Amino acid sequence: MDRRILLNNIAVPGIRTFEVFRSTGGYLSVMKALKEMTPDDVIEEVKKSGLRGRGGAGFPAGMKWSFLDKKSNKPRYLICNADESEPGTFKDRFLMEKIPHLLIEGMICSCYALGAETGYIYVRGEFKYIVGILNEAIREAYQNGLLGKNILGTSINLDIHVHSGAGAYICGEETALIESLEGKRGNPRIKPPFPAVVGLYGSPTVVNNVETLCNIGFIVNQGGSEFARYGVGKSTGTKLISACGNINNPGVYEIEFGLSVREFLYSEKYCGGIKNGKELKAVIAGGSSVPILPANLILKTAAGEERMLSYESLAEGGFVSGTMLGSGGFIVFDEDACIVRNTWNLTRFYHHESCGQCSPCREGTGWMENVLHRIENGLGKARDIDLLVSIAAKIEGNTICPLGDAAAWPVASAIRHFRHEFEEHVLHPESCKNSAIRQLDNVQIRRLENV
Amino acid sequence: MFKVTIDNHTIEVEEGTTILQAARMIGGIVVPPAMCYYSKLKESGGKCRTCLVKVAQGSARDPRPLPKLVASCRTPVADGMVVQNITSQEVIETRKAIVEFLLINHPLDCPVCDQAGECDLQDLSYDNGKEESRFEEAKRSFRVIDIGDKIQLHMNRCILCYRCVYTADQLTDKRSHGILYRGDVSEISTYIQTDVTNDFSGNMIDVCPVGALTDKTFRFKNRVWFLNPMNANRSCSKCSGKVTAWMRGGEVYRITGRKDQFGEVEEFICNECRFEKKELSDWTIEGPRNIKRASVISQNHYEKSKKPSVILPLENRTVSLDEFKNGSNNEIQL
Repeated sequence: MDRRILLNNIAVPGIRTFEVFRSTGGYLSVMKALKEMTPDDVIEEVKKSGLRGRGGAGFPAGMKWSFLDKKSNKPRYLICNADESEPGTFKDRFLMEKIPHLLIEGMICSCYALGAETGYIYVRGEFKYIVGILNEAIREAYQNGLLGKNILGTSINLDIHVHSGAGAYICGEETALIESLEGKRGNPRIKPPFPAVVGLYGSPTVVNNVETLCNIGFIVNQGGSEFARYGVGKSTGTKLISACGNINNPGVYEIEFGLSVREFLYSEKYCGGIKNGKELKAVIAGGSSVPILPANLILKTAAGEERMLSYESLAEGGFVSGTMLGSGGFIVFDEDACIVRNTWNLTRFYHHESCGQCSPCREGTGWMENVLHRIENGLGKARDIDLLVSIAAKIEGNTICPLGDAAAWPVASAIRHFRHEFEEHVLHPESCKNSAIRQLDNVQIRRLENV
Repeated sequence: MFKVTIDNHTIEVEEGTTILQAARMIGGIVVPPAMCYYSKLKESGGKCRTCLVKVAQGSARDPRPLPKLVASCRTPVADGMVVQNITSQEVIETRKAIVEFLLINHPLDCPVCDQAGECDLQDLSYDNGKEESRFEEAKRSFRVIDIGDKIQLHMNRCILCYRCVYTADQLTDKRSHGILYRGDVSEISTYIQTDVTNDFSGNMIDVCPVGALTDKTFRFKNRVWFLNPMNANRSCSKCSGKVTAWMRGGEVYRITGRKDQFGEVEEFICNECRFEKKELSDWTIEGPRNIKRASVISQNHYEKSKKPSVILPLENRTVSLDEFKNGSNNEIQL
């Protein structure tokens, strides 16, 4: 259960440079794909591999590729979604920073398979220093004939451009990303049509996550069936998990699907247990937008089985007793953490990041933040808890893009599993160790009451 | 031709028709309300979510229902589609929630708002809203600003439907206003405050579903329900010259486009007709304009109302005082 695909050579000194990357077997897949395989062969291998999108939704990558409109005579585009902004997720940053050529390699193979002559890497605005790293890697690839006209002497042309966002979470949503790339306001588009038919500049476009594309090199080299031998069930391959919170060893770990959550949390090889020997209270398993689970439900499913890190196992029990793998941002809370304060913090984020296009999300996220702010500051009322449940339920599923859902799930799940804590906050706000109310003086409290 | 059933009414429509358009062809109470969609503006719609409907059967070929409610204004029909609007409790509940969302940051200043009486949001909240609000926080607030010398913007009232943005994009040669910032603090604004001067910019007032964009030449001059809407025309080199003149006595108080039963203008008009021709002598009056019987404006209205009929029956027959008071006799209803 500790085989790796992506981070095998991460410890090799200088792996960021072309020569070292090449000497560890890098870019072999490009030669294999361009010289020995047809584009359809590559797509077939990706389908066989069962590779699922690593950005959060887990949609099969091969299937996404096959939706690309083949009849259109417009140019096709591949966009790499490197707008990683989910709180708790920092795996793509790690990949691009440490081993950027892995992404370029995957993009060349993918563009070949899709027939795209232009690829874009849309990098999150805050990752300014990564733009330089990527541009350097691209420059090296051009220099060695892996990008540009007639790659490796074939008739294949490919250009890859790096585009920096301006720091909006919403631009990680694929259609908002496309709008932003076109130079417009980053509002998500209404689907259908999907980007595979009408995407960037009205052309067929595929948008894939960094980690997804990084896996393509391995699939081309070793074959899809070899890739499918990693992992468990329909969760094939490995996954980068970015672990943070109250644990001894926060960081990015590559795990093979099927690793148990218990082992991941407590093994010295991974998180190394809860900091300061405290008890586990709750985990957000896949980035801030997935439902939070209390300790008993994250370690074992409601049916009593051992919970594993895989798409299926984490989702077991639906939203009543399960969660989602999401983008792999593993946030751990110890016994001292305040769920109310944390939930308020998350809603604050979604309120700030809502694009404001459609009404439930625009108004609902701010409303939830206000109510949670009140509860956190000791001015909550008993009916506020049900009000929150009701607002979350009305946002969920009624918005243009998934940001509405992402804002509603943390609130709904926190109240589902930790309702007593919310009630405690309403009845005895001063009893919470972490409560903001303890940090406010009387003047500030009075000011809040007057709002 | 596709066959689509909406609230048990079946209609045949052309391929590519949206659910909302099909519902408008059926007409009546099955038409979902639309706050942001405007059939004459490309790409509009999908934002306000008031027109969400339930698709109980995707198509004849694939009869599965769609998992979520869909925005009827942007969802094309499929052959054999079955749609539920007011026959679905889920849709009604959701619509109520959307109205609540739209109103939490709305100032509810109808008594001093020029749009009152012809406001889509007012109608929508009468139909789907609640009497009280669960929202107790401070509402967001903005300053009133001028955009262009003839248009005033009350951002507090705006529901961010984007209609005026599309109008400026599609009708004028250069858009000089737009949405700034994001989320619930996003606002309509201009880079340079009085820069909206285009000849067709006044249409932004007509497309605005609320009182966010108002006509400065008409502000506080009169209440719309005191005015008689009349079809009028003049020969204009820039537009069709077909307008609605809102009159009281012999005075023209304001000029707007001719709005149809769904609140959309039939033809866009130019700023000269709208803002500068306020004399009766500028216009050829065609006659009273049909407007919705349900609208506030028609409370005082004209076209279909008969003379107070109590006068007539008194000559022909006797009406008891009780009958008169209860209005049980249709003829004597005022």
